[in-house]
Amino acid sequence: MSARIVNLVVNGSRKGMIAYPETTLLTGLREALGLMGTKRGCAQGACGSCTVLLDGEPVVSCLVPALVVDGSSVQTIEGLADGNDLNDLQQAFLDGFATQCGFCTPGMIMSAEALLARNPDPTLEDVNEAISGNVCRCTGYERIVSAILDGAHRRRTRAAATASPEDRDALSPAPQPTEATS
Amino acid sequence: MARINPIDTEYFKDERTSDFNVIGTTVQRSDARGHVTGRTVFFEDMMLPDLAFVKMHRSSRHHAMIVDVDLSQARQVPGVLRVITHADVPQNWYTVLRLIGVEPNDEPVLAEDRVLYLGEPIVAIVADTEAAAIEGAAQVKVTYSDLPIVLDVEEALAEGAPVIKQAGTNYFVYEGHHARRIRFGDVEKGFAAADHLFEWRYSSAPIEHAPTETTGCIVIPQGGGRLQIHSNTQAAFFTLDNTALILDRPFTDLQVKGGTVGGGFGGKVDVMVEPVACIAATLINRPVKFVYTREEEMQVSSPRAAERIYIKDGVMNDGRIVARKVMLYVDAGAYSRHTPYGTTKAAAHLPGPYTIPNVYADCHCVYTNRTPSSAMRGFGVTIADFALESQMDRIARALDIDPLQFRLRNAYRDGDLKAHRKIASGTALIEVIQRAAALVGHDLPEEYRAMSSSTPRGA
Repeated sequence: MSARIVNLVVNGSRKGMIAYPETTLLTGLREALGLMGTKRGCAQGACGSCTVLLDGEPVVSCLVPALVVDGSSVQTIEGLADGNDLNDLQQAFLDGFATQCGFCTPGMIMSAEALLARNPDPTLEDVNEAISGNVCRCTGYERIVSAILDGAHRRRTRAAATASPEDRDALSPAPQPTEATS
Repeated sequence: MARINPIDTEYFKDERTSDFNVIGTTVQRSDARGHVTGRTVFFEDMMLPDLAFVKMHRSSRHHAMIVDVDLSQARQVPGVLRVITHADVPQNWYTVLRLIGVEPNDEPVLAEDRVLYLGEPIVAIVADTEAAAIEGAAQVKVTYSDLPIVLDVEEALAEGAPVIKQAGTNYFVYEGHHARRIRFGDVEKGFAAADHLFEWRYSSAPIEHAPTETTGCIVIPQGGGRLQIHSNTQAAFFTLDNTALILDRPFTDLQVKGGTVGGGFGGKVDVMVEPVACIAATLINRPVKFVYTREEEMQVSSPRAAERIYIKDGVMNDGRIVARKVMLYVDAGAYSRHTPYGTTKAAAHLPGPYTIPNVYADCHCVYTNRTPSSAMRGFGVTIADFALESQMDRIARALDIDPLQFRLRNAYRDGDLKAHRKIASGTALIEVIQRAAALVGHDLPEEYRAMSSSTPRGA
């Protein structure tokens, strides 16, 4: 089977890439589009380093054939910051020392983005569940979990600050206690 | 940051300076911004349209003579560009630590007439695509004649065991000796005078680092013939120097770019992919990538060595250890890598941070037909510590002594003569135990709270 063009919207921009039957969404993003923030850890769906959002859902991009996602929208780590301004989760990872070697970080943040998109106020258990497919071999999980809870709180606080007064209470409940990681 | 206990400045007050301007403050990691934005550049993060791929055909036997290698089918796989054997490696025999004087060169880059472990590299395939390289490697046909295998450190040293190493012994030779040895005082006299004898055996399994980023490199031939090596090695200069020696080319022909490692933990200090990738890149004059699959990372990258440790202690009724004998065996696997050094580290660590007047130890670096082991976080020391501190707990339990008090009674202090005939200085075990006891609410009697590393024993 020969190469075909796959059309995507990546981080809001229209992109076309050449794909072969064996091209995965991971290798397409990296080798055809040059988006190197998405990492190849195991190439067998076990480590989560290649997690991206495909039409809003977290997927391990190493297991997604590029040819079947024609027309989809993809969000990667490169699309989160606004210029030099980090988003809430990125800033929380930075401030909370939640990175070590950095290789799992993009996948970890994308899994966390997916969590916050469906649940802006996650519990500790929700966070553990959301990143259960992401391996950090530097074993920095405690700080990663704390950073995700912190990022969620920052995002709720910011949303409340820009919301109408009657929506504020609903948007910004008290911060999550984090004793379980202390 | 509330998890971190504040620094207790009461300890070693006299030795502290007051002008610390970093300790005690929070400093942002310089690489974190790259990590959270996906902009950190790892070795694999580059677009190279004419990139070729290396895959390895590996031994399916633990120990065997190679009778025949049939490359005809591999060469016919569409996309295969070159087939590389030991004949293509200018200086095939090496050992990583020859750079610091370790010998002999005991490992071939690619196997010649025999294999010593399951997964040993034999033939490298260079191909246009990763799929073609995988298929090419699968089409290499090797005929073996099996040899007896040794998979246990003590069996490897037993009389009549098959000798697996061409140097003639199943152990690394330390300055003419079968082991790295410690002889201090008279351990048998110590045992004879002791009120109690305790002897236990400890063992550990190999441990794989399993970094999320697997071992790999990309080699890009430059216009003038130099080779640019993008690697995730933890040891850029080991890689540069060993690769140059293997290629038999001047060091100045090579440029190693790296330092960004997606998890290493000691697992990326051997020189495993760069030499073959350099040979491949030179042969085809194109950029080449050689990166381990997850299966290779688990099966053939060097783990932490398995160890077996016997500790025999002579102890007095009052809890003083008067003699300690340690027989320690480190499983190097089939080749030396960093294990002769790790075994020396184990010897250097004995008998633990305790002052014991009679010490005897033999630390063996043993070869078996297992995956070669190498560096991993505190290698040599970590498993020895597991054994030593387990021994301390078991003795304390057997004598019904508080385990912290038992350690404090034997803790080394400044001015003590260690088994290596070095005077201990800068010791802090006593203070660390006192502080740890206080933090967990473990009450120590006054005489133990009054102990100090800087007060000589018995003063």
